[in-house]
Amino acid sequence: MDGSDAERVAQALAGDRDAFRVLVERHSRSIFRLAYRMTGNEHDAEEVVQETFLKAYRRLSRFESRSNFGTWLYRIGVNCSLDLMRKRRPDSERRDSDAPEGSEAVRELPSPDPAPDRLLLSAELGRQVAKALGALSPTERAAFLLRHFEGQSIEEIGQALGLRASATKNSVFRAVQKLRLALEPFVQVKPNVAASRAPSPNQ
Amino acid sequence: MTHPSEEQLIAYRYGDVSETQERAAIDRHLASCDACRTSYEALQRVLAAVEAAPVPERDASYGSRVWQRISPQLDQRERLDWRAWLVPRRWVAVGAMAALVFAAFLAGRFWPRPTQQESAGPIPVQVRERILLVAVGDHLDHAQMVLAELVNAGATETLTKGGVDISFEQQRAQDLVEANRLYRQTATRTGDSTLVNVLDELERVLVEIAHSPAQLSSAQLNEIQQRIEARGILFKVRVIGSQVREREKSAGQIAPRGRS
Ligand SMILES: [Zn+2]
Repeated sequence: MDGSDAERVAQALAGDRDAFRVLVERHSRSIFRLAYRMTGNEHDAEEVVQETFLKAYRRLSRFESRSNFGTWLYRIGVNCSLDLMRKRRPDSERRDSDAPEGSEAVRELPSPDPAPDRLLLSAELGRQVAKALGALSPTERAAFLLRHFEGQSIEEIGQALGLRASATKNSVFRAVQKLRLALEPFVQVKPNVAASRAPSPNQ
Repeated sequence: MTHPSEEQLIAYRYGDVSETQERAAIDRHLASCDACRTSYEALQRVLAAVEAAPVPERDASYGSRVWQRISPQLDQRERLDWRAWLVPRRWVAVGAMAALVFAAFLAGRFWPRPTQQESAGPIPVQVRERILLVAVGDHLDHAQMVLAELVNAGATETLTKGGVDISFEQQRAQDLVEANRLYRQTATRTGDSTLVNVLDELERVLVEIAHSPAQLSSAQLNEIQQRIEARGILFKVRVIGSQVREREKSAGQIAPRGRS
């Protein structure tokens, strides 16, 4: 199937369902990856993928043809993820009776347990990464994922999250800073290098 | 130059250092300062680890499966939302009319004459209840959509220079207010206090939306969004909506014979 995304959007708007099917087939996997990194689990990620395309279909007429469809879709995907996380937040009553009892425990802060001298298996590192990502605020996580994995500009991310450029930049910064704090002990080349302390800004 | 701050290094990493001079200065500094270079390399390793963290694979046919799951819903949603957006007036008229008819019906003032086959006796309570529940269920769905759209507004749309245009949401909120009032009155009469409370709260939010300016600055939009969220109204509407749907189902099971 060829034809640019923009062409497909135009066809879908003209009532061609098949054109929208092509868009779904084209972008599902990347939206899944984004949603998985946002939500941290497959079940939620699947839900986000579906919701993203349903929402995109409804809003298709608001898509501006000169912008990038993928970027627009990520924007919706990130917001669907944020919605879902909000829904799962412990401060509102739980909506789904099938949500596991202590599901909010996922959001706990990482325990400072670096064990730097032990060789870490990649599976363990993967767990630590998931934990560190899970400890970011939803906005920080969204900003970071869009910047790092999708290569979106600060301006684009700001639009997606409804933030000013300075706040967006700050979210990315805070996210990376927190990730570094949580993960640096696990990726140390040599455990006792003095440089684990950052130098002071003034010489 | 002095050692760049962590913030500068992170911005540098992502190419977000705006001035080429600053970029060049950091380049030079990293080439000459061991401490900063070590620190920057550690940052790179952390980010590489984040990148390497496994994400479950989805095969090439995943997109088709997603399509199979969502395509039946596209039609529903299309009827429910899309056309409603395009022809808000008609959608609204139907909603408001339905509400009026139901309220009048439940008040016993209006009902089409029974056909020959049907007995002319009073409409069983269960049937009345079921009809009301269906109507209220639909109403809550519509309300939920408006609130959800509003909570997401600005986040998914490109913010125009002046802010966000919520005139669609506003128009729909305005029309839902009328319907809402009727359902609330009916629910009061039938003594369903949980429903009354939610409808009451919903009404206040809808009125607020209907009366706000159509063109909102990001700050104003934020304020409204926060108020909606603080009240948890979207959540309450969802919960009571699904409860109503449940009751609707069980009312449907007993309705034909009128047994309780
Ligand atoms: Zn230095």
